[in-house]
Amino acid sequence: MKEQPGVIPKIDAIAAKVYADLVKAEIPALQLSTRTKANIRFDDDLNVWKYGKSKTERSANSLDGAYMLLRTMYLVDFIKDMIKEKKSSTLRETYYISEGWNLAKFSSQNESDLLAEDLEVITGCMREDFKLRPEEDGARVIGNLVVEEMTRNNTKKKIHCQDDVGDAGYGIPYNVEKEKLTFKQVDADFIVAIETGGMFDRLVENGFDTDSRAILVHLKGQPARSTRRFIKRLNEEKKLPVLVFTDCDPWSFRIYGSVAYGAIKTAHISEYLATPSAQYLGVTPSDIENYKLPTDTLTSEDVAALKSELDDPRFQDQFWKHEIKLQLSLGRKSEQQALAKYGLDYVTDTYLPEKLAEMGMMKK
Amino acid sequence: MPEAIAYELAKKQKEISVAEFFERNKHILGFGNATRALITSVKEGVDNALDACEESGILPDIYVEIKNPTEEECVVIVEDNGPGIIKQQIPHIFARLLYGSRFHAVRQSRGQQGIGISAVVLYGQLTTGKHATIISKIQADHPAVMIELAIDTNKNRGEVLHQEITHWEKPSGTRVEVSLIADYKRGKRFVYDYLQSTSIVNPHARLVFKEADGIEHVFERTADILPKKSEEIKPHPYGVELGTLIKMAKETKARKLASFLKTEFCSMGDRTADLVCDEAKLDRNLNPADMSREQFLTLHQAFKKVKIMSPPTECLSPIGETLIRRSLKSETQEISPEFIFTASRPASVYSGNPFQVEVGIVYGGSLPKDKPIKILRFANRIPLLYQQGDCAITTAIESIDWRRYGLDQPSGTGTPIGPAIFLTHVCSTQIPYTSESKEAIADVEEIENEIKLAFRECARKVQQHINKKVRRAKTREKFDLITKILPEIAKKSAHMLNKPVPSLEKVITQIMDVVWVEDLVEYEKVRGKQVQTKIDAANPGDSGGWIAKSTIMVVNYKGKPQKFNLYALYPKGAVVGETKPKPVKVTDSYLKWSIDNLAPTNKVDIYFELAGLNKGDFDENDLYVQNINPTYVIGADKWEGE
Repeated sequence: MKEQPGVIPKIDAIAAKVYADLVKAEIPALQLSTRTKANIRFDDDLNVWKYGKSKTERSANSLDGAYMLLRTMYLVDFIKDMIKEKKSSTLRETYYISEGWNLAKFSSQNESDLLAEDLEVITGCMREDFKLRPEEDGARVIGNLVVEEMTRNNTKKKIHCQDDVGDAGYGIPYNVEKEKLTFKQVDADFIVAIETGGMFDRLVENGFDTDSRAILVHLKGQPARSTRRFIKRLNEEKKLPVLVFTDCDPWSFRIYGSVAYGAIKTAHISEYLATPSAQYLGVTPSDIENYKLPTDTLTSEDVAALKSELDDPRFQDQFWKHEIKLQLSLGRKSEQQALAKYGLDYVTDTYLPEKLAEMGMMKK
Repeated sequence: MPEAIAYELAKKQKEISVAEFFERNKHILGFGNATRALITSVKEGVDNALDACEESGILPDIYVEIKNPTEEECVVIVEDNGPGIIKQQIPHIFARLLYGSRFHAVRQSRGQQGIGISAVVLYGQLTTGKHATIISKIQADHPAVMIELAIDTNKNRGEVLHQEITHWEKPSGTRVEVSLIADYKRGKRFVYDYLQSTSIVNPHARLVFKEADGIEHVFERTADILPKKSEEIKPHPYGVELGTLIKMAKETKARKLASFLKTEFCSMGDRTADLVCDEAKLDRNLNPADMSREQFLTLHQAFKKVKIMSPPTECLSPIGETLIRRSLKSETQEISPEFIFTASRPASVYSGNPFQVEVGIVYGGSLPKDKPIKILRFANRIPLLYQQGDCAITTAIESIDWRRYGLDQPSGTGTPIGPAIFLTHVCSTQIPYTSESKEAIADVEEIENEIKLAFRECARKVQQHINKKVRRAKTREKFDLITKILPEIAKKSAHMLNKPVPSLEKVITQIMDVVWVEDLVEYEKVRGKQVQTKIDAANPGDSGGWIAKSTIMVVNYKGKPQKFNLYALYPKGAVVGETKPKPVKVTDSYLKWSIDNLAPTNKVDIYFELAGLNKGDFDENDLYVQNINPTYVIGADKWEGE
């Protein structure tokens, strides 16, 4: 991995700000963009959703704020050491490292993860620049695609994502930047990003990747940053359209939102992660009616999530307004695998061809 | 010609015996069922005992025992250390209904009707056929007398069946033993509650309750002085009824109307008596003995039209806030409540009758959080056990919105829910009960209002306490912040930048931005040393007492020097001992210090001692500040003047 220039001055600036406040006899504080639904705006230049102007202050005026600042001091010091010593750690390891930080100890991993994101927002650097990485998430790819990966032995290795892999597919590494991974040959018409492992395996077993010239990517629920980055690069560099295929409930719509528009939590790096041209394939609330799919009743949490999406700035177009309102009026939700009602081949023989034709991706 | 019907009817007309009267009215006298009968019997015995002791200046030591020889029968024994009763009076007091010394008197007392104890004797006789046994001793060097007593129900007279001289260790006292049909199983818990409640409002009494199975409960005395004796006053014109007025005119020695008014009524001077006579258009020299019914009627009406001064209120004998607090504290020890607050209203008047309201709130500890609060009602130091829903005390409590004070109360009316006990004591020369069984106070507007005002005052104290606690907790967090976290932040940032650790003093005052007042009260037992006391004045020879030592720390965490006045309230009756520094003012209820130029991050310690209090009478200082924005100050409120 390359040494990122400018990271150390940027994190030193955080410590310098706090120090300067103390010297000026002011209550130390750090400012960062507010990371909420209300503070995301569409960036016309980048074509993705970014944070707006609203700022949050982390100030030592309150007990929570002071703890936060103290942890920030410890974390940036730790990052600085890692950069100097050319080491990296997982987010989980960082959380355990904080056991030795006395008062600055994190009380949960969620806290340390959020703070790492805060540092990204404050410095404009990426988590990877801080030598912090997530757990291996094991998202998988199958399709007529050759990638070249820089292995841990510093040798380049080409992998064909059909011929060189088993049925589980090619595992996407946590770092998918160019120095680690490049796309060599591609012979496919589009990418299908799939929410559940069950459906991914069904399409693999039915040979959908070869029959329909598709690259299948398993999202594994809410997709990891590397998965989203992988899809974005493939879309941009190889000009492949992206279709998102998920369950039919509000949480799945949010998966699509983070692939296409950028997630609220990571809006500071939306331009690296989001694929603005990604389209939602299904399962849509309309599909529930059109395909007479087996359903479950929406829970009160589902209803609240749908209502919250109605005022989410990312879901304001005609299509989403219509589908969300339809689902609220149906009061039902469904799953990708509910298509098995009509047999195991129905999804590859009937549903996907029909939906793809509808979207102009495939002839009927 | 047939005999006139009236003669026929006359054959059936005869005097109703007291037994029949009792039988028909036993529910209103408190003997409605077998459980009530037990409690009423104990209650009448104990009320009499307390009254007897107080009237003769003796600290009451009362022993109650209940035996339960058969399923239905109970033997109730009440014993006191009072003055005793002379032999000749015993049959009248214990075996004659409507006989007593207090019926005609206008003064605060427990019993009023003179039905009490003789009704218990009669009930016992009617239900078991057994007779009451009375032992009485009037002087230490006299022998005691024991009398077995029956009631002749036709004549309403006591009958002495047996009499003997006996030995009794007590220097003096009275002991009553009555057998009656009663429900011991269900009643004993109520007897316990009644005695516990009685002990709360009679801190000067020691009560012992021995149950049928031999278990003894002791309710200790928490004050060694008798309550101020209630004084007898003359009736007030506003409260007198026409019949009573006529009767008074018949009995008076006055020969002229004006002097009759002045001598037989309270609040009547020359001027008011003349105004009443003018208003009634009656000659002030009229002889009251010669007045017609019509003349009395115009006189009675004239009373209402003339503005007459309120009756004197010194005749009342309230318990007092310190003693209420002390007994609540002692009775709720097992609950270990978070706080106890009390409030006392000045005396007031309804229909010519003086009355006064005192309240107390016990909060927290192990009291249930999800149940309605417990309401303890008292009238003239008697617990009211039944008909809670019909009582003015309950109505007053329910009409206050308690949600503001941190209690649950769906829709803002009704009995609040939460871990609290509400005590109310109403004392008056004439408690307006809803019925003869004396279980509930009637809804007299003046009384209800005073109860509300008292509870609001008490609730405000609760609110202040809670606010103070919340603000303290917040500020305490900041203490953590400035003493632990901020220095760490400074150290770490300096280390990363290879710079010296900056000084934090100014940032600390910015973060705290308050004047912090913290107090601590400790008690020290003193022996041998003579402590001047007021509350326990009846017992000046007491060899030891407690000294409350109060330390107040004031720290200025504001950015600028501060100058202000600090007031510390202390309970009435306590005596101020050593003080440091010297207060600029000392009154009978507060101390005042002036704090000059307290520099940022500097502190000043204030110390004072109080004598004449029992341990725990004063747990927490009531502190106020003046000449400083009160929002800057944690631990003291704005001084609103006296």
